[in-house]
Amino acid sequence: MSLFNSSIQGLPLSIILDILVYWLVIGFSGLIFIHNRKIVSQILFPLGASGGIVMIIITAASIAHSPSSAILSLGLPDLPFHIRLDALSAFFLFLLGISSTGICFFSSGYFSRDGNFSPGLVCLQFHLFLVSMAFVFLADDAYLFMIAWETMALSSYFLVVTDHKVPEIRKAGYIYLLMAHISATAVLLCFGVLQKAGPQGIGGSYTFEMMRHLNPDSFWATAAFLLALFGFGAKGGLLPVHVWLPEAHPAAPSPVSALMSGVMLKTAIYGLLRVTFDLLHLQIWWWGILVLTLGLVTAFFGVIFSAVQNDMKRLLAYSSIENIGIILSGVGLTITFQSYHMQTLAALALIATLYHCLNHACFKSLLFLSTGSVLHATEERNLGKLGGLIHRMPWVAFLALIGTLAIAGLPPLNGFVSEWLLLQTFLLTTGFPQPYLNMLIPVAAAGLVLVAAVAAYVMVKFYALIFLGQPREVRQHEAKDANYWERLGLSWLASCCVLLGLFPVEVIKLLNTVPGLLLGQATKKVASQANWLFLTPLSPDRASYSPMLFFGAAAIIILITFLGVRLVYHGRVRRSSPWDCGYPMQTSRMQETAESFGQPIRTIFSPFFRMHSELPSPSDLEPHYRNITEDRFWYLLYFPIGRFFHFLSNLFGRLQQGRIAIYLLYSFLTLILLLLLI
Amino acid sequence: MTIPYGFIFQFIQLIMALVLSPMFLGWINQCRCWLQNRKGPGVFQPYRQLVKLFYKDAVLAENASPLFRMTPYFLFACMCLAGTIVPVLATNLPFASVADVIVLVGIFALARVFLALAAMDIGTAFGNLGARREMMIGFLAEPALLMVLFTLAFISHSTNLTTIVDTLSHTRFIIYPSMAFAMAAYLMVLLAENSRIPVDNPSTHLELTMIHEAMMLEYSARHLALLEWASSIKLYDYFVIGFALFVPWGIASGSHLSSMLLAFLALFIKLAVAGFGLALIEALSAKMRIFRVPEFLGTAFMLAVLGTLTHFLLEA
Repeated sequence: MSLFNSSIQGLPLSIILDILVYWLVIGFSGLIFIHNRKIVSQILFPLGASGGIVMIIITAASIAHSPSSAILSLGLPDLPFHIRLDALSAFFLFLLGISSTGICFFSSGYFSRDGNFSPGLVCLQFHLFLVSMAFVFLADDAYLFMIAWETMALSSYFLVVTDHKVPEIRKAGYIYLLMAHISATAVLLCFGVLQKAGPQGIGGSYTFEMMRHLNPDSFWATAAFLLALFGFGAKGGLLPVHVWLPEAHPAAPSPVSALMSGVMLKTAIYGLLRVTFDLLHLQIWWWGILVLTLGLVTAFFGVIFSAVQNDMKRLLAYSSIENIGIILSGVGLTITFQSYHMQTLAALALIATLYHCLNHACFKSLLFLSTGSVLHATEERNLGKLGGLIHRMPWVAFLALIGTLAIAGLPPLNGFVSEWLLLQTFLLTTGFPQPYLNMLIPVAAAGLVLVAAVAAYVMVKFYALIFLGQPREVRQHEAKDANYWERLGLSWLASCCVLLGLFPVEVIKLLNTVPGLLLGQATKKVASQANWLFLTPLSPDRASYSPMLFFGAAAIIILITFLGVRLVYHGRVRRSSPWDCGYPMQTSRMQETAESFGQPIRTIFSPFFRMHSELPSPSDLEPHYRNITEDRFWYLLYFPIGRFFHFLSNLFGRLQQGRIAIYLLYSFLTLILLLLLI
Repeated sequence: MTIPYGFIFQFIQLIMALVLSPMFLGWINQCRCWLQNRKGPGVFQPYRQLVKLFYKDAVLAENASPLFRMTPYFLFACMCLAGTIVPVLATNLPFASVADVIVLVGIFALARVFLALAAMDIGTAFGNLGARREMMIGFLAEPALLMVLFTLAFISHSTNLTTIVDTLSHTRFIIYPSMAFAMAAYLMVLLAENSRIPVDNPSTHLELTMIHEAMMLEYSARHLALLEWASSIKLYDYFVIGFALFVPWGIASGSHLSSMLLAFLALFIKLAVAGFGLALIEALSAKMRIFRVPEFLGTAFMLAVLGTLTHFLLEA
């Protein structure tokens, strides 16, 4: 094998590699201008965004092409990097492009303001993060995959601890790094199993191409799948290995939270799909049920916890857990359908899953970025201290409203399309050989609906407490709206939300090549007979939805009503103080706070929380109320594990006496033992 | 040239939703008055109310945002759309494939979220309280409603309302035991979603018990008129969806004039009977405490799940 055998076939792949090199150059030029805030923010970040735009165009154009692969002569001697661009990689690179373009635009506004960091370093880590995620999607061997995976974890770790002088942020970064490595270990073991578990027991190679041809038996396939589920699940925030997510996302600067939540969590979904459908050729039905159950439990857990948060970024972080849960339930359905060779339904489930990945990348990035603007304007992240910002920050308020409605799963925006597709898939699950599956899966759909409905509750809380009502603190009267670059980034993502919502058929046409790659060439295309206006997953008689017509009709009715009322009656308006049933004494402190808005969820779902409240007694002169809601998993799982390891290390500590004689005795005993054995 | 009957029917349905809904509300109130041994203002009272409100000058709170002013229009449009899409008179509606039942639920959720946001816009204690309670009822009622619709979707193998109606009323007539559970659950959800007794009281202004009214406290004049109208259309929508799902007989499948007239007649009878039934329920029950609502809607959800399971056990 020659060291410089880099034969790049296919134009798209080489252009994508060029973009990655371009991003790396931008990142390292950050080191040259390490303290020059102006150059970094006004020139380097917008240049990064231009790379994102090219990425979108190239991947959208090449998603239907047949896979092209290449060997890069980087890496160790005799261990070159293999890369491959197929429909799955192209889709996830497309997602990366859409999300990163908006986030880069926003970052150039965000990092131009003063802060406790060196802009050049952030620029380097940020672009390195982008490149490493792109390599995760491109990698065609376990070696490059793991290097990219680790680079991704490390670069994002340094981004999370950008504000490292705060102890909580260092702690959050530590938990994140720890979980990232537990996840990486499991992924590495999974590749090990895949590589060694050929039917003859003799090993293959470390390339994915080799693993595709190995066909492990069901035991080793299950082992590989479970390791992948654990490893990728820990990266994505699957229960019970989700604990790093609500710590790390709020700690990072907002553009980084947006990138982590919007794109990095999707690398986990990518990895799971790659291992389950591409590297393994057999799927067992209970894998799907396991993933479906875990996904729904995760989604439910995420949404009820996001409803009781006070910190706006923590709320969004828990909402990411919820969305990952929804996506995983789609993956679970896909596996189950595929295991029963119901390929059309599997394709539908996969399309819904991928669609939700894309949607989540848009609206979650949008919302994280808008919390960044709010944070800059008010220096406040507690929902109970914000309020009334729609008057001070109309741009951010309007764009965040789009994100809010989209994530709440409301028509005609994008969140609704993917949830609708997923529900349709649930409704079609009536052809299984096991009758109890036929009965239980529709009930699982009700769980999904519950999650979506509570998500609407959460988003009303999020939006109303930040932007509506009266300012709860005096300082917010000086809040300024987002600057030009920030508006551009937010508008980019908001318009993606709208477009993905209004033109689902076009998006599905783009996605349709992925099921063909993963589920077999015989797969029928989803929504193939549909015209661009009507989304009909299987046949028009079964179900149809036309967001464009819905939007158009609603707009016409609103216009007619508005003009009608104005023409027939009048448009006179008088301003006065609020009515509020005539109560004269009102202050802004009488509005709902984050705690009070979470109260119904806390009461209805109380067994799921670990709560303790301090209530005032009737005789208190200074009544004091406090409610702390915590995650049970820390107490049920993590603290016991921590205590166990503490105990173990104490035992080992006994060996360390600190006297040279004792250590000499140890080596002497070891020597005797070895002599006896050999 | 063929006459596009479908479009005409669709338009008639929109007009009917606009015109009939206040009268339907008036009929319910009238029935309730009779049941309470009162004379009642007649079925046309809601129209007089609307006209009065439209002529008044709007009073807006000082810190009302554009969102607050736009919400009545959004809500009104959502409810009108829903009323247009549901097959009330005929099933050959060209516009019905814009939205299936899941989208209908989405439209109602959209309206609910907008109203809750508008209620929190002024930042008064009552608006906040109403919004929080409304959203709570929303997330409890939505799964139950969807489960009801799923049961019907499983029976007819479709989520399009027109197909469901066609399957249930025209192609075959079988008694489905699962429908009984689904109907009971749907009724409970209807009461909760339209803020009727026992979940909420539409005629109360007692501060601590209101839900829906609390959200509209800050509205006046034309905005309030639109909101009142929209909520009467919502009630009408829920009833006609119920008719389409459970008593679809009479809804025309072709475009004959005679079957249309029959459909009209059937709709009037159904609305009159159902309105009286609702008034009877409201007269016979007392309002629940808000803490009991999760239990009430949990029961609805369980009934709906039972309906689905019954379908798979007995009918599949």
